[in-house]
Amino acid sequence: MIQVEGLTKDYGKRRAIDNLSFHAEQGDILGFLGPNGAGKTTTMRILTGYMPPTAGRAEIAGFDVVEQSLEVRRRVGYLPETVPLYPEMSVFEYLKFMGELRNLRDIEDRVDEVLEVVHMEERSDSYIGSLSKGMRQRVGLAQALLHKPEVLILDEPTIGLDPTQIIDVRNLIRELGKERTVLLSTHILSEAQQVCNRVLIINKGRIVVEDTPERLQSRLAGSQRVVLKVRGEPDGLETVLGKVPGISRVNLRPDNTLEFELTPGQDVRPDVARAVINSGFDLLELHAIDVSLEDIFVELTREEPQPPSVSDDGEEEAAFDTDEIAEDEVEE
Amino acid sequence: MRNIWTIARREYKLFFISPIAYVVAFLFMLVLGLFFSLTMYGSISQMAYSPTAPSPQMVISPMVTILLFTIPAVTMRTIAEEQRSGTMELLLTAPVRDWELVLGKWLGSFLFMASLLLLTGVFPLVLNFMVKPGIDFGPVIAGYLGLLLLSSSMLAIGVMVSALFANQIAAFFISLGVVLALWLSNQFTSYVQGFWKTLLDFLDIITHFVSFYRGTIALKDVVFFISLTALFLFFGTALVEWRRWR
Ligand SMILES: Nc1ncnc2c1ncn2[C@@H]1O[C@H](COP(=O)(O)OP(=O)(O)OP(=O)(O)O)[C@@H](O)[C@H]1O
Ligand SMILES: [Mg+2]
Repeated sequence: MIQVEGLTKDYGKRRAIDNLSFHAEQGDILGFLGPNGAGKTTTMRILTGYMPPTAGRAEIAGFDVVEQSLEVRRRVGYLPETVPLYPEMSVFEYLKFMGELRNLRDIEDRVDEVLEVVHMEERSDSYIGSLSKGMRQRVGLAQALLHKPEVLILDEPTIGLDPTQIIDVRNLIRELGKERTVLLSTHILSEAQQVCNRVLIINKGRIVVEDTPERLQSRLAGSQRVVLKVRGEPDGLETVLGKVPGISRVNLRPDNTLEFELTPGQDVRPDVARAVINSGFDLLELHAIDVSLEDIFVELTREEPQPPSVSDDGEEEAAFDTDEIAEDEVEE
Repeated sequence: MRNIWTIARREYKLFFISPIAYVVAFLFMLVLGLFFSLTMYGSISQMAYSPTAPSPQMVISPMVTILLFTIPAVTMRTIAEEQRSGTMELLLTAPVRDWELVLGKWLGSFLFMASLLLLTGVFPLVLNFMVKPGIDFGPVIAGYLGLLLLSSSMLAIGVMVSALFANQIAAFFISLGVVLALWLSNQFTSYVQGFWKTLLDFLDIITHFVSFYRGTIALKDVVFFISLTALFLFFGTALVEWRRWR
């Protein structure tokens, strides 16, 4: 359904995406993950015919996005990142206008239908300028669904929505993904995990990894992470741990716990416990944690392998929705 | 075709909720009204000496000046605002050809301008009642056709320039500059030669307009303004396309 080969886009001298290749079939919900500036929006804009690529080619439903742009645009429903709307129009007028541009039949009935899908039927006569951010997001989504497109391209569809709406929209996407092809971008890994059947992580315009969310997780599950907590300040504990064979990536977390990885196949936790106690620390906690997609993501999009350091993690996680981080900490 | 109409209709409706349109309409009627009453007053006070009735063209000539200054204000929003607000992304990813978009924007503005010109029709009508035995409507109709054609080409310039910007004010001043430069270009024909002279002669809008003003409808003048409109709309489409590639 979506076929992308060697897609490259330069903005002047800056290369936004570099030789991207991927594909998605009918029934796929492909999640596009990446930090800010990774090139997600750029890729989507090329796929929707908004702008041509510098090099490479892309096909949607067998039509070239440059050569047969109109055919592609007829088949694609697009929710742009900025959710462009006309503030001076009412929700109904806006959707009717978009339906007319798509030459739909029975437009008014169809508008009512999509408004129901996004739970906006009561605000049909409101001016778009008077809607809240989340409501606008939903109107944008309704616009993308208007013509029952074969392919849906959604740039951060759940951003700005309240928790109930997020769940609703995720369910809706899952539902739509059954017989359509959905490409969505997000910063929220748990969202990709819940909604997508394939995840594509891109960083600096390149694909870092492409896999199912489950396999991604198990890929790093071989190396287990362990959290260690002692009473008081863990000064010098890092050097103690450094001497234990079979562990790597020792990392002091802001809450004064230490986190490290076990080399796959070697559970040296008893050795760690002994080493800690022998060095005079009071051991409070020593437990293994699951590697979350967040970790994999941070790992994969890291600039280059860095030696474990104290201030390492905080910055990169700042790019994520803070709520999500909190949620995951609770799960741990 | 349907897309052009869809876009033009939205554009046209938008004029009725935009303050700019009301300012333009107000300006039109105010300036025309002033000219009209001053001329009438002048003719009446001179009636004793010269028994000529005021010519109906007195409505046409001030309108040319107002048109030149207000058309950039009418078109400045058309495409620039879509680019500023990001709705251009919506239009350019909808199954609409670039030329349909540009033509639709132009048509909406043209219909607005035509409505405004229709409104000014009250002045010749009033004049008709005031002079005996009524005015000759021939030159009025030719003059109005000339104004419509002139507006058509100037609006095309405005829409073209609007495609260049994401800022309405910039679009206004640049299209005003282009419109005025074109209008005054025939002043410079005697200073240049060769290619530039041919070009300036070709773009000589005044000569083509004046023949309408005198009351003659010549095919070559009609064709001239229509070609000018088509040319600028073509450039406008090229600019929209060019912005995609940037
Ligand atoms: N219109 C533009 N002109 C110039 N450079 C641009 C333009 N749009 C994007 N870029 C650059 O291209 C790169 C990729 O941007 P893009 O918007 O595709 O990232 P993204 O993955 O969507 O990021 P985000 O998560 O912040 O939405 C960035 O370096 C950005 O600066
Ligand atoms: Mg983006």
